[in-house]
Amino acid sequence: MCSLALFPPPLPYGQTTVCESNNELLSGSSTEDQLNLSFPRESLKLHSRTENSSKAAFLDHSETLWMRSAAAWRDGGLTGLLNEITNSHPEVPKWLSMSSGCILALLQWVSSFHGSLFPHLTLSSEDMIAEFSQVSDCVVRAFAWHPHTDKFAVALLDDSIKIYNPKSATTPTLKHRLQRNVAVVQWKPLCASALAVGCQNCLLVWHVDPCSLSTRYVNSGHVQKIEFSSLKKCQKNSLSFTFNAVLNFLVWDVAAESCVPLQRVGGGGVTFLSWSPDGSHVLASTPSALFRVWETRMWTCERWPCIKGRCQSGCWSPDGSRLLFTVQDEAVIYSLTFTNTPGTSKGPHAAVVVADLSETTFSTPDGDIIVGGEIQSLAWDPRGERLAVLLKGDPRAADRSPIIAVFKTRVSPIFELLPCGFVQGEPGAEPRLMQFHPNFRHGALLTVCWSSGRITHVPFYFLSASIPRLGLSGSPTLPHVQERPADFANQSLFTEFIS
Amino acid sequence: MIAASVICWRAAASIAWAVLLLPPSTAIFVILSKFSVLHPIQTISECFSMLTSATAIFSFILLCGVIIMVGFLNFEYYTVIPTIACSKIALFGQLLHPRQLVNSLVHCIMGMIVAWCSAVTIGFRYETLGHPCAQTDGYHQMCLNEYHLILLLGGAFVGFSHSLLGVIHNMNYVSFHTVQQYKYLRFKGCLPLVVKCSATQALYSVRNFIVVYYFLGYIPRTWICKTLNLHLGSSAHPLDSIAGLLDLSLLYHLWISATFLLFTWYITLLLFRIFLTEGYSFPVQSSFTEDADHCLPKVLTEKQPMILKFLALQDLALLSQHSPLRRCEVFSLSQPGGHPHNWNAISKECLSLLADLTQRLVAYHDTVATNGRAKSLSSGSERKTSSETSGTLISQKWLSMSANSPFTPDLDSPFMSPALRRLAAPVEQGSPWYGTVQSPHIMRRVPKLWSTSTDSQVNGSSPPSPASVPSDKQEPSKPSFLAQFLQNRREQVLKPCLKLPEASSQALFADSQAHIWALEGLSYLVQASFSEDQFGVVQTTLPSILSCMLVLQEAVDRHFKLPHASSKPVRSTSSMGDSTYKTLRFALRATLKTAIYRITTTFGDHLNAVQLSAEHRKRLQQFLEYKE
Repeated sequence: MCSLALFPPPLPYGQTTVCESNNELLSGSSTEDQLNLSFPRESLKLHSRTENSSKAAFLDHSETLWMRSAAAWRDGGLTGLLNEITNSHPEVPKWLSMSSGCILALLQWVSSFHGSLFPHLTLSSEDMIAEFSQVSDCVVRAFAWHPHTDKFAVALLDDSIKIYNPKSATTPTLKHRLQRNVAVVQWKPLCASALAVGCQNCLLVWHVDPCSLSTRYVNSGHVQKIEFSSLKKCQKNSLSFTFNAVLNFLVWDVAAESCVPLQRVGGGGVTFLSWSPDGSHVLASTPSALFRVWETRMWTCERWPCIKGRCQSGCWSPDGSRLLFTVQDEAVIYSLTFTNTPGTSKGPHAAVVVADLSETTFSTPDGDIIVGGEIQSLAWDPRGERLAVLLKGDPRAADRSPIIAVFKTRVSPIFELLPCGFVQGEPGAEPRLMQFHPNFRHGALLTVCWSSGRITHVPFYFLSASIPRLGLSGSPTLPHVQERPADFANQSLFTEFIS
Repeated sequence: MIAASVICWRAAASIAWAVLLLPPSTAIFVILSKFSVLHPIQTISECFSMLTSATAIFSFILLCGVIIMVGFLNFEYYTVIPTIACSKIALFGQLLHPRQLVNSLVHCIMGMIVAWCSAVTIGFRYETLGHPCAQTDGYHQMCLNEYHLILLLGGAFVGFSHSLLGVIHNMNYVSFHTVQQYKYLRFKGCLPLVVKCSATQALYSVRNFIVVYYFLGYIPRTWICKTLNLHLGSSAHPLDSIAGLLDLSLLYHLWISATFLLFTWYITLLLFRIFLTEGYSFPVQSSFTEDADHCLPKVLTEKQPMILKFLALQDLALLSQHSPLRRCEVFSLSQPGGHPHNWNAISKECLSLLADLTQRLVAYHDTVATNGRAKSLSSGSERKTSSETSGTLISQKWLSMSANSPFTPDLDSPFMSPALRRLAAPVEQGSPWYGTVQSPHIMRRVPKLWSTSTDSQVNGSSPPSPASVPSDKQEPSKPSFLAQFLQNRREQVLKPCLKLPEASSQALFADSQAHIWALEGLSYLVQASFSEDQFGVVQTTLPSILSCMLVLQEAVDRHFKLPHASSKPVRSTSSMGDSTYKTLRFALRATLKTAIYRITTTFGDHLNAVQLSAEHRKRLQQFLEYKE
């Protein structure tokens, strides 16, 4: 099993990781790059008020009971109506206010019962997004590389989305009335223009014409809206779509605007969703200690109950045969293997622990640094050679800030994890989001969004050991050029046989 | 033919399951109809004695017969290509079609039978049509039990409106799902929807029925009284008064029996759809010549029944996506001979489907461009009766009009760009785009090849190549300007009140599910051929596949610039009618783009070595740079 103790120590204070070259991570002072962006918090015009209505700005005005009841029904539904009737007892008969009070109490009791089954349902939608989405307080709320080209979309805290393309000077800005609390953005594969945005109450699909010169899309006709009236309470989760988008048991055919609900008992919503690169499997984790792996041919699922907590994050190997995932409150990475023949074979019976990232103390010239603990998210580069793990750290302890640990991985013939190093940013900046560039020619390119509002790119230069998938050369397999550093050669590392 | 009998077996299995599901739904209906809050134990014991009585068993047998009949009607009337009425008059014509009238009548009778069964089941005051009543002068005679009558009439009304709504909402249209699921899971997923639909639809139908009965209820009542020599009971209110109809218990029983009726019928329909659209795996090739008829390449080219063609295309799309072994068979060579017969047949059929759609779009666009408005296109329906011939006639007439319209730009005109003229010139045999589909500008010049949706590619002929048809310059018998003018005037008068907007666009794409599968199948096969095609059989057809897709892309893009084409229809989710066909054109557009991108992403710069016309190369370059 691979553990953090095998890692080279983190960089001293003030140094940032620049790139990996010749099998080691190089550090230096930060360099200004064309693609490195920065969004200082002050530059954004944030919403000063959080609530939807402008009720507070107006004085109270006495209306008739009927008007107030109608308004309460419109705003708050049945609960609101009952509340209104109960509270206005001088005007209504005593029996009516009494009975509505009783019904209200009964309703609350029932809903509290429901809430005790699924505690996350009692949260408001903002809280829910904060709880389950990958980012909470960062200026950059979501980030997505286009799967085929060099452009990416960034969702900011002011509910706008910017699209950057190094080949064009225009940076389109997308804004929409419904685009609030963006939790996730995702490009449609095999398409140049479609961008799905998971917002608080709906899913928006933007069509951003790559040839267009316009830079502002505000409430425009380029957006397709999919609303969830009955699903408001569901977590707007990470979603993606090959031609479908899966969201909380729903498979959406976006072009035809039709959806197929996939219902299974248990769990209560979906918090995290990840498609395998070949589109054959989908990982869907629920707020409870259970996650499911769907195969996308007949849409059957395997239930995977976890022992401790909910599945926090997961990622797939390039051929879709191996799933790495992490569980909340645990500092280990699990692995599951799947075969690609659906229907016939059942998957594995238990997950294997492949890496232990529990706390490890490194002694550096600046003092001891503790690294490790709970895992926030995982990212695997498209060739399956680098695995980035975002460690949550401890916000209360100063010396245990979040950090990204990078592993070298090999998928075939046997699965291997080797330590590579830590990726660190500027002093004080904590990593929040990370994603690998989908087709970086010279190795892997990790894009990191920092809490300071910066977006940096860390290239890992290496020669690929395997033939790139969908590659064009068809050349014979290159020899494995990476040599293990001498320090680690004699230590036990994770391979499938050892575990 | 074995493959065709599969359809019959599937229909029979769905009917059998619907009959098997009848006892639980009847039991639930009995419990709900007899339930009283005050005496729950008594209700249950009553239900048990009811369910075991002789009348219950007799009515249950009747219900089974009705279900079998409904299943048979579903099987007889289903279609995989919806019939879309382009104007309100056409819709009216559909409603008054003799076939449809028969359907309505049968549904009416069956509704009455179900209502009789439920009246017997509910018992109580609804049980019989007549009851003895004492008149003032002392001796007993039979009086009419209006409660029984209103239940029967209600059942007939609900059955009739069910069949009418079936036409309006295209309930006989069977759509295929993009998401494959096992039958049980799909049924389970749809069950809540069926319950909801039947309850709401029953509510609306009962409301309408009550209004009708309030005004016209005396007619059947007096008629029944006269024919059966019954007397009107003088004691109770007549039921066609407000006081009589405001009987909550009566309304509840009307509603619950209508819900029961619709629920059993909807379940039959749902099971039929689920069984029929389940994926069927055709063998790609067979070692025995007598089995060659049900191999995929052969079934693909068959025209009738349409459902088999659809199933074959669905199977093609699935195998190209999911099963490497069967893909291998597609790419294999024949023994002996070494010809890629499988791939040739499959690709030829898919390409001719796509070329057909392209031509349809171009012809439609030309009509719109010349007349300023679209003429109603009667979509090729899949009905097995005589309606097909008439539809074909109409559209062929329409076609010849569109092709011969006087405003079609002439190739010899000086306004034609030289590039276009060069493009339109007949292609010599040896040129790289011989045998491929040409740009729409050229296709416009080939009116003879166009035909309606279903009866095109009848013979599975090769995709139409302009080179094989000499471009005839003198088009015979142009319609006179006067006739054109008169027709325009007539349309201008009729259009505002009768035209259904965007229906013509829907009709154009009515069978596009086939094109979507053809696109998916082709693009996935081409993608897989990059690594799996050992003999390079796909490479030979790659130029024609690419140009066919690009031409279609151009035509689709042009179509979506028309008014009404890109407006999204309102989706009604709470109806059993499948409205998938309303959005098929958007699905086709998305699939087409994805298919081209799938090929360009897989092959990348290698596509530069493929022989294409300059126009198509330019277009393809846009895709290679992700600028579409």
